[in-house]
Amino acid sequence: MIPELGHFALALACALAAAQGAVSLFGAQANQPRMIAAAPALAVGQLIALAGAFGALVWSSVVDDFSVLNVAENSHSLKPLLYKITGTWGNHEGSILLWCLILALCGGVVAAFGRELPSALRARVIGVLGATSAGFLLFALTESNPFIRLWPPPADGRDMNPLLQDPGLAFHPPILYAGYVGFAIPFAFAVAALLEGRIDAAWGRWVRPWALGSWCLLSGGIALGSWWAYYELGWGGYWFWDPVENASLLPWLTGTALLHSAIVVEKREALKVWTVLLAIGTFSLSLSGTFLVRSGILNSVHAFANDPARGVFILGLLALVIGTALALFALRAPVLAPSGLFSPISREGALVLNNIFLCSIAAVVLTGTTYPLFAQLLAGAQISVGPPFFEATVFPLAVPLFAAMSIGPVLSWKRAALAPALMRLWWVALVALVVGLSAAWGFRALPPLAFGAAAWLILGAFADIVGRVRLFRLPLGASRSRAAGLPLAAWGAAIGHAGLGVTVAGIAGMSLASHAIVALKPGQSTPLAGYTWTLEELHDADGPNYMARVAIIEVARGGRHVITLTPSRRSFPVQRTTVTDAAIHTNLLFDLYAVLGEERDGTAVLRLHVNPLAPWIWLGALVMAIGGGLSLADRRLRVGAPARRPLAVPA
Amino acid sequence: MSEAVQLRRRLLLLTPLGVAAAGGVAFLAMLRGMQSGNFDPRGVPSPLVGRRIPDFSLPAQPPDGVGFGSADLLAAGRPVLVNFFASWCVPCVLEAPVLMQLKEAGVPIWGVAYKDQPDAAAQFLRANGDPYARLARDEPGRVAIDFGVYGVPESYFVDRSGIVRWRWAGGLSADTVSQELQPLLRKYA
Repeated sequence: MIPELGHFALALACALAAAQGAVSLFGAQANQPRMIAAAPALAVGQLIALAGAFGALVWSSVVDDFSVLNVAENSHSLKPLLYKITGTWGNHEGSILLWCLILALCGGVVAAFGRELPSALRARVIGVLGATSAGFLLFALTESNPFIRLWPPPADGRDMNPLLQDPGLAFHPPILYAGYVGFAIPFAFAVAALLEGRIDAAWGRWVRPWALGSWCLLSGGIALGSWWAYYELGWGGYWFWDPVENASLLPWLTGTALLHSAIVVEKREALKVWTVLLAIGTFSLSLSGTFLVRSGILNSVHAFANDPARGVFILGLLALVIGTALALFALRAPVLAPSGLFSPISREGALVLNNIFLCSIAAVVLTGTTYPLFAQLLAGAQISVGPPFFEATVFPLAVPLFAAMSIGPVLSWKRAALAPALMRLWWVALVALVVGLSAAWGFRALPPLAFGAAAWLILGAFADIVGRVRLFRLPLGASRSRAAGLPLAAWGAAIGHAGLGVTVAGIAGMSLASHAIVALKPGQSTPLAGYTWTLEELHDADGPNYMARVAIIEVARGGRHVITLTPSRRSFPVQRTTVTDAAIHTNLLFDLYAVLGEERDGTAVLRLHVNPLAPWIWLGALVMAIGGGLSLADRRLRVGAPARRPLAVPA
Repeated sequence: MSEAVQLRRRLLLLTPLGVAAAGGVAFLAMLRGMQSGNFDPRGVPSPLVGRRIPDFSLPAQPPDGVGFGSADLLAAGRPVLVNFFASWCVPCVLEAPVLMQLKEAGVPIWGVAYKDQPDAAAQFLRANGDPYARLARDEPGRVAIDFGVYGVPESYFVDRSGIVRWRWAGGLSADTVSQELQPLLRKYA
């Protein structure tokens, strides 16, 4: 009964979404006040219906209703409750439903918080979101329906991929999707602006909080995924330039560029066409990322059960959504005439530079990710593009980006002089140089450069604030009251930039990581990075739905006990899969990391790593998201304040 | 703005649509290729698939006393699964029961002991079962290079005319056999 209700709610949501798209867009175009007023109600209606459908799927999974095909294929009665709930979105059908739910949520949020928007603009934004939703809900209903019944129901389910039975991964998809799908709102704003044929500072002010919020979530989602890969896959790495990882990195890069170019629209009414293109491009990349993962074209740990037929449907949807938006862009963008003059040495000049480098990195990553596919398609050549390519191309582009990141904020708007700005950063440059040189042992260029860049970013982020509060120039109390008076957005920007510095420091530290693969019998020990690792014993243990083989490793330094690590291998009998469970001990400065491999004749193969500064990689992402959040908190207070501008260029 | 500048601007604004359309068409071609089976983005590529096996002749590996070469494969008159294995390889132990099942199903499997001592390989077959209809050894590993062996275990499905139809790098599992090998066995039987 409950699955049928869910099925019905899904169909209802699809119908409401179609109405949301048609009524709102037509109403705004034909200037029908009643249709315009109906837009928010339809968006909320769609959200409620879809929430009902999603709830029904979660319910079916929690009560082990194996007559639902999706539950039978992905769940098991012995699976812990947490994973019964999170497992709903650990498979193709459920994740599409979650994806649609978040898109509906975007419409609902615009309906609820968009009261200050001109009603026609709001109707258009909601209409674009509704039309997009309708397409994907139609896909969910026809091609990937999660409520299909199975008769007779099996006695028990086939269980979920053990790799996914992990708390980090349980929350990775919702956060990542919220980030991906959140960029639908800037996209809808861009399409609405193209339909209206005008963009002004107010548009920039409305778009930026949505872009910022999605960006924070996307940063968090990517970091969570990378953290999961680090501790769950047991390869000891954190980023593999895997195509699916790249697919999530691309919208993050263009989204970051969007965030910054929207500032220029807001403050200077320039870069309008570019910002609209970035808004469309970011969401297009999010959509394409989802499509590539599901079609099976990209080869990765994320592979869902893939089916080229489904891929064709999604590709058609993408062509419709992206194609319409870009065609509209080609038709209408010429009317968005730029106003405001540009000087290369200015805050906006630095932001343009930031955009250029971010988009170049995105272009390089996109090329590297899709090149093997195109080479195979066009030339029949089998090639693979791996980390060496990305490292060789992304790092040279990142260096000038990092340099500009600290200089940009100390430049003034409109027209600035470079020399005084650089003078304000002399102490930052000095510390960065010292940090870089002190890391320069051996003949490798990367670690000192990266450590120097990290120091430059972290200190440079606060150079603007130090200048504004006149630290050490005024008495400390006066500086403190000036600091308290600074807008939250200034703090947010500084913390966001510093967060990237923390991540860069983590990456720099990881480049100094050491590891060893050893075969030990219980009682034997091996040295690594100044520690003595002793395999004490191996034993069996039972979990709720798996059997585990556990190793106990004593780690000591200079004869003193440091920590006991217990890595294990878990075999899940239902799925006949074995996963490694790495043991990680961290003190925030470095990680001790051990993985238990195969055993033979009483000898166990162990993989041991010492990873300096590894936690900083994800800590930095968290700091970035916090910075974004602070900035967002500030904006919410000011969003209603400035008056709307009159029509700049009527369509 | 002059007309030429305006035209250039229009064309520039059309480029994103053009790039997206080209990408879309390419992905459609890939999906069609995946459906018809002539585009596979996965799998370790093997240049040998669709070509004739390289010419070779290998010495015997006990308990089989003859060894075999490319001429014997051609003379077999039926498709053969050529399997490279070694006693020092852990995945080969895991693969052994799958190969035994294939043998019981009547699939001829010809084994090549790769970079292995004859005694060690014979001991491995006594311990894990001997699924092989013919056995040879490639101690220097040269024939493996001609085949483009990626690592052991690795299997090549050779049809009756000596063309390699399929290659699997790594241990065969029951799933691989049912999803990939069985259709081929039916097709080329």
